[in-house]
Amino acid sequence: MIIISAIIEITPQLLRGLGITISVLLASAIIAYIVAFVAGLSRVSNNVILNKATGVYVEVFRGTSLIVQLFWLYYAIPMLFGIQLGSNWWTGVIAIGLNYGAYLSEVVRGSILAVDKGQTEAAIALNMSRYQRMRLIILPQAVRMMLPEFGNYTIQIMKATSLVSLIGMRDILYYGDIMRSTNLSQAPLIYVIVLFIYFILALPFIWLTRKGETIAKKGVVS
Amino acid sequence: MGDNFRWETFFDALPIVLQGLGVTVGLTFACFGFALLFGFVWIFFRRIPNKLIVSIVTWVMEFIRSTPPLVQLFFVYYALPVVPVIGVTLEPFTCAILAIGIHYSTYIGEIYRSGIESVDKGQWEASIALNFSTMDKWRRIILPQAIPPTIPMLGNYFIIMFKEVPLASIIGVTGILAMANSYGALNFAYLEPLTIVGIIFLLLSYPSSILIKKLEVKMNTRFDKNVLLEKAKKKSIPDMNLKESDRIV
Repeated sequence: MIIISAIIEITPQLLRGLGITISVLLASAIIAYIVAFVAGLSRVSNNVILNKATGVYVEVFRGTSLIVQLFWLYYAIPMLFGIQLGSNWWTGVIAIGLNYGAYLSEVVRGSILAVDKGQTEAAIALNMSRYQRMRLIILPQAVRMMLPEFGNYTIQIMKATSLVSLIGMRDILYYGDIMRSTNLSQAPLIYVIVLFIYFILALPFIWLTRKGETIAKKGVVS
Repeated sequence: MGDNFRWETFFDALPIVLQGLGVTVGLTFACFGFALLFGFVWIFFRRIPNKLIVSIVTWVMEFIRSTPPLVQLFFVYYALPVVPVIGVTLEPFTCAILAIGIHYSTYIGEIYRSGIESVDKGQWEASIALNFSTMDKWRRIILPQAIPPTIPMLGNYFIIMFKEVPLASIIGVTGILAMANSYGALNFAYLEPLTIVGIIFLLLSYPSSILIKKLEVKMNTRFDKNVLLEKAKKKSIPDMNLKESDRIV
């Protein structure tokens, strides 16, 4: 009974950070998706400079870890260029968005390359332009293949949003840490509730990923 | 770059940041080893012929996998010592091994599962027909076929974990990121040490990812049934001995 009253007491305190967590999640996911498509399409383009430049971006962001990128953007950008990225919120969103955008661009590239060669050949035979081939034939088939991986990476982005508490954003974990520091004996309960809140946030994406897997498989001969 | 990037600070910070490299790399190996072992624990529980246990274990794995490792790390570091009965206070290094190791063991358990499921049904039947004990069946028949094809995937997770390990700097493990942050706090120069950390990660993880890709190509041809068949034909070894013969080579 004591535990139940403690849960009722702690949960609303933690949920004060829910808005920040969700807004960081949505904004960085949108940035990541946009970056993924722009970079992924650049990686399959014939323009050598565009192709190589995006290649460098992807390898740099995939090759270093997100927490290093976050701190680097947080400390280095103001020093290096004398500009602020607006706020800590923007720093977090841009770091997470660019990092997962790099990972997702590889998914986009892989899916486009995985569309059967015969489809491209048929589109050429039908006298379609390069742009038409990509928009009408290849992308609709590739997007279906991307769905499960996009779901998985969205869960990863959700997990990564907890890092913004390290640069002073008041998200769920931030409030959890504040409460833990004032009342250490309740630390286990506080962190278990924090974990459950994150898990509940992840559930729709877990479900969407499974849904995406069935859509990706439907009607595909393999 | 702007005027604010000073090379003398860069070279001043370099040896200090590099002091943490051993801890970072060591922690990565420790976490990876722990995850490799713990992955088998998940597999073991998921193969118990009891629907309730299997679904509980599946949900526990899903829970660990879809919640932030940072929160799990805080749980192990701050909350575990005050848990009644089982509570223990652990060194930050051990905490990091536990938290990051268990988090990634759920992914590695899935990899093992995919490997085990890809073992041909005939192999299971044959080991029953030959009256192998359960232990021998797993040790001599199933695992030697299930695990090697998953090595490139496991290697990918090694690199992913390497990039996750700097999280441990938050609880005071003195890896490269913690070294860079403390240098920054002392000299109020974060830009150069953090740049060094980025370069170190890039220098270590990019070549290893290329290595893994090469390994993948090699493994794919090695375990591709068509390639094996051609090899067997060249040596005119009957198809029945196919897998065994390739293993000796």
